[in-house]
Amino acid sequence: MHDATTHDDSKGQYFWVWGALLVLTAVEVWLGYRQIFAAVRMLEVLLILSVIKSALIIGYFMHLKFEKPLMRWLLTVSVVTCFIIMYFFFFPDAGRILKLGVN
Amino acid sequence: MADATLQHDTIQHGLPGAYEAPLFGAYSKKVGMWLFLASDSLTFGALLFAFSYNRIYTAWPTPFGKDSIINATIMTACLLSSSLTMVMGVFAAQRGDRAWTRNWLLATMVFGTAFIVLHGMEWSKLIGEGLTIPGFPKPSGQAAGELATISKSVPQFPATFFGLTAMHMLHVTIGVIYLGVVAFRKWFLPIVGVLWIAGYLLIPSDNVFHYGVHALMICLIVAAVILFLKPKDYDAHDVEVAGLYWHFVDLVWMFIFPLVYLMSTKIV
Repeated sequence: MHDATTHDDSKGQYFWVWGALLVLTAVEVWLGYRQIFAAVRMLEVLLILSVIKSALIIGYFMHLKFEKPLMRWLLTVSVVTCFIIMYFFFFPDAGRILKLGVN
Repeated sequence: MADATLQHDTIQHGLPGAYEAPLFGAYSKKVGMWLFLASDSLTFGALLFAFSYNRIYTAWPTPFGKDSIINATIMTACLLSSSLTMVMGVFAAQRGDRAWTRNWLLATMVFGTAFIVLHGMEWSKLIGEGLTIPGFPKPSGQAAGELATISKSVPQFPATFFGLTAMHMLHVTIGVIYLGVVAFRKWFLPIVGVLWIAGYLLIPSDNVFHYGVHALMICLIVAAVILFLKPKDYDAHDVEVAGLYWHFVDLVWMFIFPLVYLMSTKIV
């Protein structure tokens, strides 16, 4: 377990992270309503914002930033690898239907 | 055999250095929770992939108007705020401040409950307007709006929407009960029992939550078995591990909210 007193002194950073998450959420809602991007570009932008938000939650709220590098890297690499494998299962088939000209 | 006995006898239990240091520099409960969350992220990943996969194929409806988006935004703010109160609860537990640990956990549970109630209201509204899947109880009035048409023409939409959000809502419900058990131990069990019975009796039988509320009964049985088989006073480590689970529930919503709601907004 990490040293509690080390982080107790810097509680303010968690309020900053919370504020940043709320602001990013507001940006997402604004983008969703203004629809300044086409659908695919909108999806990319929203996913990038979601990845940033999840990194803040995992890094600060879940304290992974303060864990040992071995644990940090092993968890991150294993989960990302699983998602890449899942992508290979799902999306080649979805791409095939586009080549057949089906909308 | 004699050699094995000899080797066993040479191990000196209870002395410093008798056991190896943990590989990850963390206690086993925390590593166990991280492994569970890694596997659970794949469950939600598969559901989100299924949602996206269906969306590629079909003319996807965009039924979420201003009211739904405002509601979902408030739900998001509730979850984000609950994560902050959870962090404060972990700090209080690490200081050994039992009163404030309980207060912060209670605040987290209030935000979580607000999320569940808002989500339940949203579900009931959508179902009442005709968005439904086979197996849901039939609403008393016959809906004939846009959502009823969507349920017939694009059944993938209600199926993936309800599947994804129900799985998340179940996780939030389990999280609230988990925090309640950590904060109040066996004193929390009667509260869950009362909520279960009240929910079953008060929610109309044509509402899906009339049956969904039985999830509380299952949680009650599991929590009771755990608390009576191994009663203990939960310490700072337990609060931190419960916090990991709670933050994960928040994390998953950060993907569901934009993908399900914001990508399907109805601009008028």
